[in-house]
Amino acid sequence: MASNKEIQEQLGEREYEAGFVTDIESDTLPPGLNEDVIRHISAIKQEPEWMLAWRLEAYQHWLTMSEPTWAAVDYTPTDYQSISYYSAPKSKDDGPESLDDVDPKLLETYEKLGIPLREQEFLAGVTNVAVDAVFDSVSVATTFKSKLTEAGVIFCPISEAIREYPELVKQYIGSVVPQKDNFFAALNSAVFTDGSFVYIPKGVRCPMELSTYFRINALNTGQFERTLIIADEGAHVSYLEGCTAPQRDENQLHAAVVELVILDDAEIKYATVQNWYPGDENGVGGIYNFVTKRADCRGNRAKVSWTQVETGSAITWKYPSCILQGDDSVGKFFSVAVTTNCQQADTGTKMIHIGKNTKSTIISKGISAGKAQQSYRGLVRMGKNAENARNYTQCDSLLLGDKCGAHTFPYVEVKNPTATLEHEATTSKIGEDQLFYCQQRGLSEEDAVNMIVNGFCKDVFDELPMEFAVEANRLMEVSLEGSVG
Amino acid sequence: MLVIKDLHVSVDGKKILKGLSLTINAGEVHAIMGPNGAGKSTLSNVIAGRDGYEVTSGSISYKDEDLLEMNPEERAWNGVFLAFQYPVEIPGVNNTYLLKAGVNAKRKHQGLDELDAFDFMSVVKEKAQLVELDASFLSRSVNEGFSGGEKKRNEIFQMAVLEPDLALLDETDSGLDIDALRIVAGGVNKLRSADRAIVMITHYQRLLDYIEPDFVHVLADGKIQKTGDKSLALKLEEQGYDWVQENL
Repeated sequence: MASNKEIQEQLGEREYEAGFVTDIESDTLPPGLNEDVIRHISAIKQEPEWMLAWRLEAYQHWLTMSEPTWAAVDYTPTDYQSISYYSAPKSKDDGPESLDDVDPKLLETYEKLGIPLREQEFLAGVTNVAVDAVFDSVSVATTFKSKLTEAGVIFCPISEAIREYPELVKQYIGSVVPQKDNFFAALNSAVFTDGSFVYIPKGVRCPMELSTYFRINALNTGQFERTLIIADEGAHVSYLEGCTAPQRDENQLHAAVVELVILDDAEIKYATVQNWYPGDENGVGGIYNFVTKRADCRGNRAKVSWTQVETGSAITWKYPSCILQGDDSVGKFFSVAVTTNCQQADTGTKMIHIGKNTKSTIISKGISAGKAQQSYRGLVRMGKNAENARNYTQCDSLLLGDKCGAHTFPYVEVKNPTATLEHEATTSKIGEDQLFYCQQRGLSEEDAVNMIVNGFCKDVFDELPMEFAVEANRLMEVSLEGSVG
Repeated sequence: MLVIKDLHVSVDGKKILKGLSLTINAGEVHAIMGPNGAGKSTLSNVIAGRDGYEVTSGSISYKDEDLLEMNPEERAWNGVFLAFQYPVEIPGVNNTYLLKAGVNAKRKHQGLDELDAFDFMSVVKEKAQLVELDASFLSRSVNEGFSGGEKKRNEIFQMAVLEPDLALLDETDSGLDIDALRIVAGGVNKLRSADRAIVMITHYQRLLDYIEPDFVHVLADGKIQKTGDKSLALKLEEQGYDWVQENL
């Protein structure tokens, strides 16, 4: 029977399978940030004038802001002048017309990561997911466009949407996360390069799962993607997001913005499996993941759910939020965050109840091992008109070993006396009793840890679409197991 | 099958077992009785390989191999089963799923193909009847929200599925009402076989009315003090453990 120390050693040996680098020629802007860089990005993307003006406005505001320091994370601040703000694989100039035009090296990269970009797999019944693959600053491929077009669904890189559907973009971009929302959102608004755009028209149920796969490859670049999803009245869509990056000694910045707009009777389910490179066991390298994700239930009876499984990143600063404006709208947040070695995560959600009879659920599961520190930070606000608003919050933390930490910062503001809130929180250590019990039944220690941790996360994994639940399970194994030495 | 020679075991530096010797053959049912703190649970934990028990001297051979060299799961694969005194709850882990993983790990060790879900379920349903375990327990989380009696039934059910060669039942009768005791004991009796040894650790003679042992041992002060047949248990019940202590 292994001691805690042995378990920790195993955990320290986690392997990062996505840590390879694709050797591909890229067009990369020299490091540095100024108005010219922004003009350059806007020009490469052939953006209309209003978009450039919007970016510059964000940039000007960003210059007046300072990086937030309230989160319970400790890291070397980013030198924003040492990052390159645009990098694209050379072989394409403006998005391939079809998969045949995609550089085989890129297809190979995604194949290695287990992301299906070949549509024939769909025909063979292997997958029912349309994928937008974002490589550094550009989208390299979007699958199943024609099938989606038939249903009236728009699913394309946001840079394409800005050109092809400017009215839609103009109407909604920045309407959920304003340019000046926060330091990282302002930076993103100024320099965002790609990301996905989704529009589901009235009454349409998206015929397949939509997925964007983000990959940071180039050295010393930041990834600033922007995703905008609009579910029009009565529409329904399930969207998946996955992320990886090569193993490097330098920290890399990922500052994304995701905006979801949900109108009357519509529903968006947004799931993330985030596996950015977490740095090595001494805390060298890894992605800084500073992300603003927000959903706006603008319509009555609108529904949104954020489901996230986070195993990667050196530093995570992320609070997917729900604004429940419409009466009877529903927001849900399901999260599993795993931190090992020297990873630090400050993550949680905000549920802003504005409309009547709005409901929210928060289920947060934190797992810490090694020297990792993890904080749950959540806000539940019930506005004065939020009659009969209800929230249920459950925060559970599981500690592996005795050098890691779990912290909970729940904030509650209630301005309506009819509101109901429930909050439950637990912190437990993985029990030697539980491990021994499983081993006595014949499981190896590694399998036992995996089974106990997966059991702990079950409530959240149950919310993931099938394809992702399998992926999430596998990720947890890789993250927490390592080989038994 | 199991030969324990002059076993000395300490827990946190405190000597618990002080020269215990015991031989158990296939097909036999042994009862180990004794006062609180005599080392009964220590014995079962050492055999199963739990961490924190330091064997300072002596040996345990199992099927002619050094049991103390094996880690807990290897012991399980080789047919050692412990029905826990206090079965732990594992939230979110399906009872059947855990058991299937255990069975297949053992089969893999034996060079057999893993059972698929369908075959496994038919085995499970059959065995569940042995201890009258309702099918709903199969899909619940391991021991979560089970009553004391249900937990013990679940242990014997697991034993039935895992088909051990050496089964240690650590106070399986404690916390059971008379009906539950009858069901659990009935299950154990059905699992008696010529190839299987069963060791029952208990405080009470009561259990032995249902499961008749071939041998009864009195464990006190870290050693087997007396060995006899079923009548020894009756005498203990009548006269208490002081009687053994006085006759040392």
